[in-house]
Amino acid sequence: MEPLDTHISRQYNVELENVRSLVLQMGGLVEQQIEQGINALVQGNVPLAEAVIVTDYKVNNFEVTIDEECNQIIARRQPAAGDLRLVLAVIKTITDLERIGDEAEKIARMAVRLAGEERPKNNYMEIHALGTHVRQMVHDALDAYARMDTEAAVRVAQEDLKIDQEYEGVMRQMITFMMEDPRTITRVLNVIWAARALERIGDHARNICEYVIYLVKGKDVRHISLEQMEKEVREGN
Amino acid sequence: MPQTAMGTLKAEAKDLNFYYGSYQALKSISLPVAEKQITALIGPSGCGKSTFLRCFNRMHDLYPGNRYEGEIRLHPEGINILSPKIDPIEVRMRIGMVFQKPNPFPKSIYENVAYGLRVRGVNKRRILDEKVEQALRGAALWNEVKDRLNNLAFNLSGGQQQRLCIARALATDPEIILFDEPTSALDPIATASIEELIAELKEQVTILIVTHNMQQAARVSSYTAFMHLGEVVEFGETGGIFTNPSKKQTEDYITGRYG
Repeated sequence: MEPLDTHISRQYNVELENVRSLVLQMGGLVEQQIEQGINALVQGNVPLAEAVIVTDYKVNNFEVTIDEECNQIIARRQPAAGDLRLVLAVIKTITDLERIGDEAEKIARMAVRLAGEERPKNNYMEIHALGTHVRQMVHDALDAYARMDTEAAVRVAQEDLKIDQEYEGVMRQMITFMMEDPRTITRVLNVIWAARALERIGDHARNICEYVIYLVKGKDVRHISLEQMEKEVREGN
Repeated sequence: MPQTAMGTLKAEAKDLNFYYGSYQALKSISLPVAEKQITALIGPSGCGKSTFLRCFNRMHDLYPGNRYEGEIRLHPEGINILSPKIDPIEVRMRIGMVFQKPNPFPKSIYENVAYGLRVRGVNKRRILDEKVEQALRGAALWNEVKDRLNNLAFNLSGGQQQRLCIARALATDPEIILFDEPTSALDPIATASIEELIAELKEQVTILIVTHNMQQAARVSSYTAFMHLGEVVEFGETGGIFTNPSKKQTEDYITGRYG
């Protein structure tokens, strides 16, 4: 992958750099939405949850704007090779970021519902732990994208396994709660929805890592094992 | 004919060097040409792509001081068409060429197409009529000119003249047609119709095309060679070259970067 700022057309440099940095801005906003969604749920903070719900439109606007910029680049510049892969990776990345935004909004909606219920003794520690882990994963995925670092992308993608295991743990715990005291079922179901949203965010972050590898290496590493992915990235280094 | 991963080969350049006097324009070029496929040659001005193309029908023989080294094998026989023992006229019968600007002869439409056949000694009116119609149909021009075959070729539009030149090349049933920037003098609509025609022609002939228009190479060809300073820098399937080239020079060229 060649540096973006070396085209003969300087205007083209500017356009590519612009979409690249818009994705990072969108990613920053999405990270913030996840963090505040989790905080709202853990703290029972309804105004914060409502702020997250209201702010989702900004994430959606980013998606529409970046999509349009990419359309323009394809129509006017007919990008090739690394430039083509950048535009394709951006179009896919923003779809996943927008979905992450939706999941963050879902967590905030659960936070509003749970705020009306009795708080559990552990203060939603399991959601806080899983949420912190997932947010870090999204952060690292965006970091790998910003630095076009395929090694980091593989490491972050591997984190998704741990997220899945953690999610399974939370589920088992929630089932135990429900069995012990059926009066908690309504509340626990909402917690499960939030945990499920976090688990999905992990999957989207993994997708973003796959686009980074496609962008830098030109290799499609979707739908293969993590070991295979690691091998593909190491090859030809 | 040699079988490879690319299918059957129609021709192969092997360690080809070419000199304009003391200037070496092509440096040790080796390139396979797949049968009934379109191979595109791209690269910056002066990289040697037209020089290379012209080797295939011995065009350089027309000027003194030019010199070939190495070989271009034409299959199935595997003869080296650059060998001095091979008659260039015979090579040109088997390997036709279409140039950048349409260059019909100052003759009628009919006589332009019949010319190559007459040179070959074909003079029977019935055979000529049949071949001319076949070639004009092959070049997607028949319906437009069938009622005015005796009109002067210069009265056709640019795109039609270029298709006439393609018909003229087709009339002698060549095995390979060389295209040297065949659409650079045409508007986008005429360009699209020539590209469509080239895509159809590959059913019957092997095609080698030089183009400055990279989108054109990407649109029409199956294989692409990127040339720079008289050398083939990278050769591969067109889809791969345009999405994930392996050489930095290729990437710089097709993405419009300083090279």
